[in-house]
Amino acid sequence: MDLGEINPVLLVASLMVAATPLLLAAIGELVVEKAGVLNLGVEGMMIVGAISGFAISVETGSPWLGFIAAAIGGAVLSLLFVLLTQFALANQVASGLALTLFGLGFSALLGQSYVGIKPPSMGEIHIPVISDIPVIGPILFQHDPILYVGIALTAAVWATLKYTRVGLILRAVGENHDAAHALGYKVIKIRIMAILFGGACAGLGGAYISLIRVPQWTEGMTAGVGWIALALVVFASWKPWRALLGAYLFGGITVLQLNLQAAGVAIPVEYLAMSPYIITILVLVILSADKSSAPAALGRTFHASH
Amino acid sequence: MKITTLLASAAMALGLASGAMAEDKTKVGFVYVGPVGDGGWTYEHNKGRLAVEEHFGDNVETVFVESVPEGPDAERVMTQMALEGADLIFTTSFGYMDPTINVAKKFPNVKFEHATGYKTADNVSVYSARFYEGRAVQGHIAGKMTKSNTVGYIGSYPIPEVIRGINSAYIHAKKVNPDVEFKIVWAYTWFDPAKEADAATVLIEQGADVILQHTDSTAPQAAAQEAGNVVTFGQASDMSEYAPFPRVSSIIDNWAPYYIARTQAVMDGSWATVNTWDGIKEGMVEIGEISDAVPADVKEEALALKAAMAAGEYHPFTGPLKKQDGSDWLGEGETADDGTLAGMNFYVEGLEGEIPQ
Repeated sequence: MDLGEINPVLLVASLMVAATPLLLAAIGELVVEKAGVLNLGVEGMMIVGAISGFAISVETGSPWLGFIAAAIGGAVLSLLFVLLTQFALANQVASGLALTLFGLGFSALLGQSYVGIKPPSMGEIHIPVISDIPVIGPILFQHDPILYVGIALTAAVWATLKYTRVGLILRAVGENHDAAHALGYKVIKIRIMAILFGGACAGLGGAYISLIRVPQWTEGMTAGVGWIALALVVFASWKPWRALLGAYLFGGITVLQLNLQAAGVAIPVEYLAMSPYIITILVLVILSADKSSAPAALGRTFHASH
Repeated sequence: MKITTLLASAAMALGLASGAMAEDKTKVGFVYVGPVGDGGWTYEHNKGRLAVEEHFGDNVETVFVESVPEGPDAERVMTQMALEGADLIFTTSFGYMDPTINVAKKFPNVKFEHATGYKTADNVSVYSARFYEGRAVQGHIAGKMTKSNTVGYIGSYPIPEVIRGINSAYIHAKKVNPDVEFKIVWAYTWFDPAKEADAATVLIEQGADVILQHTDSTAPQAAAQEAGNVVTFGQASDMSEYAPFPRVSSIIDNWAPYYIARTQAVMDGSWATVNTWDGIKEGMVEIGEISDAVPADVKEEALALKAAMAAGEYHPFTGPLKKQDGSDWLGEGETADDGTLAGMNFYVEGLEGEIPQ
């Protein structure tokens, strides 16, 4: 056992990378659920984002275009969910599950010719002076840009939901769609926007895995991150900063436990392997003791009958 | 009314036709733990399936289900395959062992073949490859190639097959490089590219410049490529898209001849329970091309080692060997018997850390 072999700076830096896909997907789903829609298709939208982003950035040589394509890809897939649940008024749980299954299969089909290819690298932002500060530099200022997008998005979603009129309307739709409708808000339209936003965020999260974290394309490569993002939204009590905390905790402990294993720490590996799940749940459950609850209209179908 | 009758009779005709066709065809099912495009383990099993189709043409029909979790889901998938008329079902992951036995009890007329397990029944055979022979070659190259004397090893689950691989690689790395150390990380998954990449990155950050993996995807190869000066080996499949560097060689599982032979046996009615464990000699384990990134003399030694195993002159577990706790295992010149190897649950002397139990 040699804890000295773990470099804390590298550890913190890589935990942020491990947490970002989860954070992006969770923030998107948080907005969707705040609008009263339960979309279980996060995994499907992520994997479609992963392949669209990968394919476009390989074809064009630009990771930026790749990420834009990933957001569009995720949003386009979520359109399917929109059609099913907002117009055909289908059950949201079943439609979301269908979306995941469809996304996994469809992405495998799209990805046939992209196996074993190396995507263009996005590189890291390097700001002179600041990035070279010991310790703080590598932790805070030497990442790929998308990681900062994730944090900025969290702040933006938090501020929008809390302080703006748009946020208030979105929450009203999620709490009581009949009342919102009576006030003259277009419930369906608002929900569609939210679902598309969620799809785009999930797509970004997926592309982060295929373009930066791994980087390669493999079928089924999101391997359940979408489901963890879904759980994270609930445990974070639908609050953006808690989702960020949860994602960093989860990503952090995942990386930390691998580090501890490699350093040969004498904790049984089984405990290390389950620690990310347990610690994240524990922390978020303790935090959610303030009785914040789910949006009241979550998962309920809206049909304007009058 | 006319249209419905027409449709009904057409449907019946189709049904009869396909029913009649199904009778002369042997139906072979495959249950996979990952997606067929994982580039590793499942990819090779699927190549075996395609070889069966090619070999028997119209006389055979194959079906497969991919990404089946090890557990109750596997049992459902196998039951479904058996109900749909499969004559022979290959279940291709260690964790399918008990589900296979359970389902086989319910369908005594269906033949089952379970990969890498050890439980057999009247209608259940087991088959596996001596991957540890390939690991010996990898260990040799790893020991020669490492400059930091630290080799990282990504384990999946602590089962005998994986532990054999670690031991075999370590013994042969140590032989050529007494200072070598192994860092082992258990990923607790067969297939999760992001986690596999994380594990590889962690090992690289902690000083490993050679990464061996016993997980199914090519993600560790990508992570090593990203890091630069890190050597990797293809696992289960050639993974030649990462050659000549970082991937310098590979272990390839060649299941096709076995799958064809067993399908033939079902057709002939000569199928019987067997316990197959083939290695380099029989061609079930192949060593992928050793790339030019490996110095010529090391390549030559590695090929000589492979040839010795193929000829049956050399066994990777040849004494004197001690267990991790220092107790004697094999005496001078003694080789390990298959029983001990099949249930191997200990590290050899020199490896650090404990095997999760």
